[in-house]
Amino acid sequence: MGEIEVKVDQNVETINGQGFQLTMLDKAIGLARANSVWPLPFATSCCGIEFMATMGSNYDLSRFGMERMSFSPRQADLLIVAGTISKKLAPVLKKVYEQMSEPKWVIAMGACASSGGIFDTYSVLQGIDRVIPVDVYVPGCPPRPEQLIDAVIKIHDLVKHESLRRRNSSEYKEMLKTFNIDAND
Amino acid sequence: MTNSKLTNEDVFAKLKDTFAEKIGEFSAPYNLLTIEVPAADAHSIIDWLKKEATLQINYLTVLGAVHYPEDKGRELAVVYHIHSLVNNFRIRLKAYISTNNPTIATITDIYAGANWMERETFDFFGVKFNGHPNLVRILNEDSMDYFPMRKEFQLEDATREDKDDRYFGR
Amino acid sequence: MDNKIKEIVKQEYNAGLLSKETIDGDLATLNLGPTHPATHGIFENVLTIDGEKILDTVQTVGYIHRAFEKLAERRPYNQINTLTDRLNYCSSPINNIGWALTMEKLIGIEVPKRVDYMRVIIMELARINDHLICNSVVGVDTGALTGFTYLFQQREAIYELFEEVCGARLTTNMCRIGGFERDFSPTFYTKLDTFLKDFPKVFTEFDNLLSRNRIFMDRTIGTGPISGERALEYSFSGPNLRAAGVDYDVRVMNPYCSYEDFDFIVPVGSNGDTYDRFQVRQEEIRQSLSIIKQALAKMPEGDYKADVPEFYLPRKDDVYEKMEALIYHFKIVMGETPVPVGEVYQSVEGGNGEVGFYLISDGGRTPYRLQFRRPCFIYYQAYPEMIIGQTISDAVLTLSSMNVIAGELDA
Repeated sequence: MGEIEVKVDQNVETINGQGFQLTMLDKAIGLARANSVWPLPFATSCCGIEFMATMGSNYDLSRFGMERMSFSPRQADLLIVAGTISKKLAPVLKKVYEQMSEPKWVIAMGACASSGGIFDTYSVLQGIDRVIPVDVYVPGCPPRPEQLIDAVIKIHDLVKHESLRRRNSSEYKEMLKTFNIDAND
Repeated sequence: MTNSKLTNEDVFAKLKDTFAEKIGEFSAPYNLLTIEVPAADAHSIIDWLKKEATLQINYLTVLGAVHYPEDKGRELAVVYHIHSLVNNFRIRLKAYISTNNPTIATITDIYAGANWMERETFDFFGVKFNGHPNLVRILNEDSMDYFPMRKEFQLEDATREDKDDRYFGR
Repeated sequence: MDNKIKEIVKQEYNAGLLSKETIDGDLATLNLGPTHPATHGIFENVLTIDGEKILDTVQTVGYIHRAFEKLAERRPYNQINTLTDRLNYCSSPINNIGWALTMEKLIGIEVPKRVDYMRVIIMELARINDHLICNSVVGVDTGALTGFTYLFQQREAIYELFEEVCGARLTTNMCRIGGFERDFSPTFYTKLDTFLKDFPKVFTEFDNLLSRNRIFMDRTIGTGPISGERALEYSFSGPNLRAAGVDYDVRVMNPYCSYEDFDFIVPVGSNGDTYDRFQVRQEEIRQSLSIIKQALAKMPEGDYKADVPEFYLPRKDDVYEKMEALIYHFKIVMGETPVPVGEVYQSVEGGNGEVGFYLISDGGRTPYRLQFRRPCFIYYQAYPEMIIGQTISDAVLTLSSMNVIAGELDA
């Protein structure tokens, strides 16, 4: 934009031409990240169908910037684990999580992903937080799309206010060690 | 069953004629002909039922097993549900085997669909099907060393430490 | 791919020779792995490929094994309703009603005609739900993403109908032993009328998009074929079997729930390929709409439940006010009601085929043995036979057109 003529009161300072924006780097990057989170739908069972319904036009996840579902872990920010994870699948889930690049967040959608759900059996992993760290848990069997959108908004809050140094801090690395996840992968 | 072209008594009579003492007693709970057959002859009886022109019982509905731990010598019952689509007739065959030697002949050469059903029965109950092309576990992990559907094993994971059984009524 | 070439590839591979198209005689192994965007569900196929042609495949299932059959031995009869929801979760009311029918057969309960017609409406809505997912996903796998968005919006209308009846969208836990919890509300009928008016227009749009589309037909005709005889050997059922030319429908052969009162066609294909499966499901959606209209028109008067207070959970306000209702509620929930001893097999026509329940009861509060006859598990074993000799994209398309639901596959 070129020069603009603006008529204002006598005692107000005006600026002609381009201006500066002053903010913190954390906030700017947080805003950019939050509004374009690319999810990786790890949909195994019934919650996967509700996830597809949330993606549909009635509940529309793309208005939150999640238009592009990334099925490649390297290009995804958010891992949405929707559905029951059995013990047979747990190593696969861990590998997918390790393949994602930092920063990454995880939503455990549904009762089965949060804690094993109604399946307290020998073959079901009682909650994915036994293998990977989870940021937001969504209860429900399956959760309504509105609940998933609430979780997404909470993730946005987490993303917006996350410090840029968090992923390199020692506490984070300690936390990853408790899951036996190699932080330098 | 409506519109069935065969009756339970007819089919039972035909089976009795051909296989005589190998066929167990007549029983039809809820109008489904249920016959006990010896484990050694299950294969030939199922084959005969498929090929017999008047019966044409040639669609395997489902194959499974039941564990009766108190019935010594006959602990595992392999149950076959077969259906005749042409005559609209269903039949259930049961073959009892013991847990000391839980083997029975496979029927994958008669019905290709029995392949995975037998693998599932092996996975859950430990029934070994002689002649099966690939008898390995299918639904559980390969490292599992017990047969979970047998009555002596509990439902929950034995290693879980966070659930207090007092609150779960166990 | 030409059928003759497919045969040659199969024969040469079976004879230990490699196909003529192999450049240096090396075969590649590709893992169409457990988590893959195109496999709608969690199953693994390790393919041996020669360029793009598939020569062999090794399947692994069981990634979502939740031990339903063992769990069913622990749950009282009313609680197994919630388990059956999660078998084929795209059309869960059908499984729920199938379980209620099994228990009613075991106990010997006769439900009023009105309950039958109500159940038919719900089951046909669930069938439409299931087929809509399958067909829109076939569209997505050929690249037509718009049909998916349009049809999912119509599925929201069906979800609202389910919510009117039972309060839940997907895992409905509908229907009790002996009938329903409550009669259909007037809002249900209004919403159903709106649905029956608006849905066919959108459905016709979707049909016009794909059915006679040159690209779609070229991709799907001849893809993943299976003959009727082989399908019967593999115990196929449902739309996959009907697309192969065999008209076996449990609703016609062993009618349950007053299906003999309704007039409907069972669509049958000829080649058993993806196009036939797609068209069979399309036609079944139309037939389901017709059945719903017939049921609405002929809905008889009567009660929404059978008069079996020993097994039917009473209404909650009755429980708070009447003594008999309180006692029956206690007995049913604690499992004190004696259930007949016996074994029963009941099957219903689910979205994917014959869903069977083999129940052995020993008179206790939980089943002694409950086996689920799961159609997906049984027909998925034929998948290698359907894709050998085809390309990888055909394999993906065949998988989505078979409508393999992971919950039903692994149970």
